[in-house]
Amino acid sequence: MEFTKKEKPLKEKPLPQQPLTLLVNGQTADLTAVSPTMTLLHYLHHSGRTGTKEGCGDGDCGACTVAVLCTGADGTLRYQAMNSCLIPVGAVAQREIVTVEGLTESFTAGLTDGPLHPVQAAMVKTGGSQCGYCTPGFIMSLFAAYYDGSVDDIAIEGNLCRCTGYLPIRRAATALMQEMAEAKPCDRFTQRLSLPSASPDPPPSLLQYLGPQEQFYRPTQIPQVLSLLQQHPNATLIAGGTDLGLDISHQRRPFPVLVSLEDVAELRQIHQTETAVEIGAAVPLSQIQSYSQTELPGVFPSLDEMLVWFAATQVRNRATLGGNIATGSPIGDLPPVLLSLDATLKITGMGDRLAPYRRTLPLADFFKGYRQTDLQPQELIELVSIPLGITPGAVRRYSQSYKIGKRGTDDISIVAAAFVIDVEASGRIVHARLAYGGVAAIPARAIAIESALMGQLWNFTTVQQIKPLLLAAFTPLSDLRGSARYRQKLVVNLFEKFFVETIEGLEN
Amino acid sequence: MSIGSRKPHESAVGHVTGSAVYTDEQRRPAQMLSVYPVTAPYAHARILSIDISAALALPGCVTVLTAADVPGCNNTGVIVNDEMLFPTETVSHWGQAVVWAVGTTELAARQAAEKVVVSYEPLEPVLTIEAAIATQSFHTCPQTICRGEPQLALRSAAHQLSGELAVNPQDHFYLETQTSWVIPDGEGHYQVYSSTQHPTETQTIVAQVLGLSRNQVVVTCLRMGGAFGGKESQANPYAAIAAIAAHKTGCPVRIKLNREQDMTLTGKRHGFLGRYEVGFTAEGKITALDADLYADGGWSLDLSPPVLLRAMLHIDNAYYIPHLAVQGHIARTHKVSNTAFRGFGGPQGMLVIEEIMDHMARSLHLPPEQVREQNFYHGTGETNTTHYGQEIVDNRLARVWAEAQTQANFAARKAAIAQFNRTHPYQKRGLALTPVKFGISFNKVCYNQAGALILIYADGSIQLNHGGTEMGQGLHTKMLQVAATTLGVKIHRFRIMHTSTDKVPNTSATAASSGSDLNGQAVKDACQTLQARLAPVAATLLGLNAPTEILPEEIVFADDWAYCRNNPDAQISFEQVIAAAYTSRISLSATGYYRTPNLTWDPVAGKGQPFYYFAYGAAVSEVAVDGFTGTFQLRQVDIVHDVGESLNPLVDRGQIEGAFVQGMGWLTMEELVWDEAGRLRTFAPSTYKIPTVSEIPENFEVHLLTRAAQEGVIYGSKAVGEPPFMLAMSVREAIREAIAAFGPPGTLVPLQSPATPEAILTAIEAVQAQSRCYETV
Ligand SMILES: Cc1cc2nc3c(=O)[nH]c(=O)nc-3n(C[C@H](O)[C@H](O)[C@H](O)COP(=O)(O)OP(=O)(O)OC[C@H]3O[C@@H](n4cnc5c(N)ncnc54)[C@H](O)[C@@H]3O)c2cc1C
Ligand code: FES
Ligand code: FES
Repeated sequence: MEFTKKEKPLKEKPLPQQPLTLLVNGQTADLTAVSPTMTLLHYLHHSGRTGTKEGCGDGDCGACTVAVLCTGADGTLRYQAMNSCLIPVGAVAQREIVTVEGLTESFTAGLTDGPLHPVQAAMVKTGGSQCGYCTPGFIMSLFAAYYDGSVDDIAIEGNLCRCTGYLPIRRAATALMQEMAEAKPCDRFTQRLSLPSASPDPPPSLLQYLGPQEQFYRPTQIPQVLSLLQQHPNATLIAGGTDLGLDISHQRRPFPVLVSLEDVAELRQIHQTETAVEIGAAVPLSQIQSYSQTELPGVFPSLDEMLVWFAATQVRNRATLGGNIATGSPIGDLPPVLLSLDATLKITGMGDRLAPYRRTLPLADFFKGYRQTDLQPQELIELVSIPLGITPGAVRRYSQSYKIGKRGTDDISIVAAAFVIDVEASGRIVHARLAYGGVAAIPARAIAIESALMGQLWNFTTVQQIKPLLLAAFTPLSDLRGSARYRQKLVVNLFEKFFVETIEGLEN
Repeated sequence: MSIGSRKPHESAVGHVTGSAVYTDEQRRPAQMLSVYPVTAPYAHARILSIDISAALALPGCVTVLTAADVPGCNNTGVIVNDEMLFPTETVSHWGQAVVWAVGTTELAARQAAEKVVVSYEPLEPVLTIEAAIATQSFHTCPQTICRGEPQLALRSAAHQLSGELAVNPQDHFYLETQTSWVIPDGEGHYQVYSSTQHPTETQTIVAQVLGLSRNQVVVTCLRMGGAFGGKESQANPYAAIAAIAAHKTGCPVRIKLNREQDMTLTGKRHGFLGRYEVGFTAEGKITALDADLYADGGWSLDLSPPVLLRAMLHIDNAYYIPHLAVQGHIARTHKVSNTAFRGFGGPQGMLVIEEIMDHMARSLHLPPEQVREQNFYHGTGETNTTHYGQEIVDNRLARVWAEAQTQANFAARKAAIAQFNRTHPYQKRGLALTPVKFGISFNKVCYNQAGALILIYADGSIQLNHGGTEMGQGLHTKMLQVAATTLGVKIHRFRIMHTSTDKVPNTSATAASSGSDLNGQAVKDACQTLQARLAPVAATLLGLNAPTEILPEEIVFADDWAYCRNNPDAQISFEQVIAAAYTSRISLSATGYYRTPNLTWDPVAGKGQPFYYFAYGAAVSEVAVDGFTGTFQLRQVDIVHDVGESLNPLVDRGQIEGAFVQGMGWLTMEELVWDEAGRLRTFAPSTYKIPTVSEIPENFEVHLLTRAAQEGVIYGSKAVGEPPFMLAMSVREAIREAIAAFGPPGTLVPLQSPATPEAILTAIEAVQAQSRCYETV
């Protein structure tokens, strides 16, 4: 610990602070009079930048998409598409963003004849805009993807358009891919990406953004986080803000003190040990996705699969694993996957005597009741540890996850499920995990079924025998997304689908 | 870049650069105020008291608007006066705005609204069509359209079936929510900027609530961020609220609903209940239909009567039904007042007849596409005449149908799918082909008129005004093309002006797919008037250097030049002609006007020629359905659609694709859910799901019908906004084919709409249950 009880350095001796600014399209914007909990979208509008649109304020339509300059896992700079309606200004202070107005230099100057950015030109040519209200968001999603080298459906699945039916936008994306295959992008944006970050991401020291009513802290080390929590009993932790951002965006509740985890380097790392993968709680999901693809291909198919169906690009660029767990939602998508993989949490807190402590908790013991968790005040999730390897004695692991929503893409689950079956050479099951979301007050395992499966052969007969038990395993509720009956059916059918697909997979 | 070219949207560059200005993004005038509603927590309740004192005490709260502040008429009903702007006695739907707080900022207005205390006595609400039928809660008397003797014919039919279909409602989900600005000039006039499809009606309603004549109010629509019918009448109340606030405070006032407010306050596509009895031959020829259509009107009438009428006029879709009676009813329920939405009742009527076609086909073990085809309107006279007595003069059904089958390679794919289904127990594919015939014109005859105003300035630059509004459909683009072609000048000469009631008065809504048909003719008319004035000027100028006199009739205007037909090499520029016209004191501005000819409608008899012509299309969709979860994937779509001689293929294709996807959303995922208390539970995109790019198949082919010029319509084109919406019925029918494949042949497939995964799984279970019955028999 760097400081003791008496020092309270943050409250009484504020660190010398550089002026609070935001670099928008290369211009420095002064944030001094701006509340740190104002959303970036509202800030842009208030400062006269109305190109970025609001379609929902919920993170669901993408009309508000902007590109934020971020440092990728490999240390290189990237533009990332994010929903500005869910980002409090405090989270982007001292950062660099590009909005739709920034793509054509002459347009920002009020002229109307400057050359369009290739992304814009492609959209004009294919008829990618009709009413045009969604268009700035699409432009920014395409823009970020353009410099990432892959302009495809995934880049725009978080953008809703009610007019075009997406086909001309997809044509624009295809045309861009062709252009990029012929000549890699080379312009002032690629130039910018090749320079070192003007504001290192994450920055080296604590950023404190004290508004007239609200305070926003971006500490860089875990002890700072703990100490801030200790000093401000009314503080709320914020990671990606994709859950909390809804309340901020709609000003549903006040947030006098927000302590952000996004600059804490220790929370943004992924480690592999002999026996486990440890994912920092504040690693954005898109980063977990690319890590898993490159470093752990095929190791956690159920995690990879679920991340594909988790929200959309803009949200995955912000949302974190820690947030998905800590929020304690019964319909969070990653808890079932992590439960099926026997993940454990490392939790850090500050003890009575201001001594930091760490505890380890199986995820299965974390969820206590509807939106209630084992997390104590002034604690935070540090990392999630997922064991590597399969059950000793087993020869093969079958593992997959499923998510069913009214809409395949970017929807909240009606039911999410994740399964693990380890079988030994004889074909008998030596380890079974069936975890579900959306069927109980908490993400839950069907423990009785898991036991019943032990020692059985992994075959059609076993699955048929287990189905009636599984049907009775949960008593879900009916809601706007689906009836209790449908949920119950899915609990059973998804397991059978899993069986059929693993067997088909074997046959192929 | 004139008629027939793929000119990009006139605002495309503005869209992609973010510089296109929408209503709420104009530079705000000083002291602009915002408003925020106080909404009802009950679907139906008596208002006992309203206490605004705590709100008024808040800093930032300017005032709270109540019924007492309405200087004119406290009503915004568009057909009848049944829509209280500020309810005084009862609230009639959950989330209804009761009073509005006015604040210096939106947050201040909202905080004030939260301090208003309204006490209520809850009353029993009517929340469904079934409940309305049970309690006889209707807005109007039933309407009937009848041909022949349906009951008699039913009794003598070889086969008879009866059934029922609940057609789901749909939220417009335009990306730009309802927005209005009202700026008082301090001299008793009001400038309104509204995101409205119907500036004239918005003007009428604002004048009405303020107690002013219409010339005191100007309504301007810059452009809309989508509308789809949702801003035809629904924009009016919000403009009216802002106007009352502006009247009371003397300040400019803005209103922009947030998404949640927009979804809870505004009307939607009408949910319908269709009940039918149908008689048919053993070959699947329909002989008689007796149907009841119940539209969920919601709490006020709004546009429900014409919506219902269009449903009744489209219950035939493409099919000749010798004996047909359709009764229409408008249920009065305690929900938002349902309204216009792309297709305007047509889709609901057509979904019912497609349900019937499928019902007949499966009960006879016949392929659905065969039953559909053999019931088409055909020949001449009676077999080619609708139940309301309009002969289908230019019947293109057989053409679009045959071309769609060819384009989609229908027969071969159907066989391949049957093979696939035999070997895949857990996943089934389905292929379906459905037709669309859609009548073009407003049913209300007097709406079928339009005006335009063209101003040429002495430097040769031109302003183009017309009565239509731009909501993304490309109307302005097409009007520029029409004007440039007719006047014989380059398109960049024009500046298209915002739609404004001080330029073209007494306009009709931009709706019913009629925008370019009506306004195009008016623009053309204005251009022709100007050309007639310019031709003598050009003739004189050209005549100066010509050996013989040049007559005005010989002048050709093309591409910014004028020349004599007999001597195209001697040209003078358009600028020269304009400069000369100015000095010769020739008027350089002109209005244009158009009314659609030959329309008749007798509402009592239910007969007439309500449509100028019909638009046709056919679509083939293929899906794969997962038997475990009921989820489906759209695999391929092939469309043949008739847009006449396309004014702009880029724009028309965009309309077809966009409409299809919107229709697919309606039929498969867009589910509005109300709870038992009548509270809408799906008022945000987190709970109300419209399609994303990932639901769109890679294989999506649109073919515009060729050799398709439509006589009597602007440059041979055809209306395109609404008709393709109903092509999406092919997705629903393809899903049904796939579900049927889970059971034995001839299994009936009761499928709810929307066909959500849950509805599909329920249907799969139903066909599997039937198959078990077959096995045990
Ligand atoms: C459009 C949209 C789509 C979505 N789709 C999905 C989806 O498909 N599936 C799904 O499961 N969820 C979805 N969500 C919800 C949300 O994105 C996830 O729950 C996400 O993982 C939350 O992470 P975050 O970092 O944004 O959390 P935040 O919003 O920052 O925080 C959420 C909560 O967790 C607490 N918290 C955050 N990090 C920690 C930590 N390390 N230790 C202790 N407490 C912490 C915060 O205090 C807060 O209470 C969606 C949200 C949106 C807006
Ligand atoms: S406004 Fe819809 S995602 Fe931000
Ligand atoms: S162009 Fe209108 S919403 Fe996309």
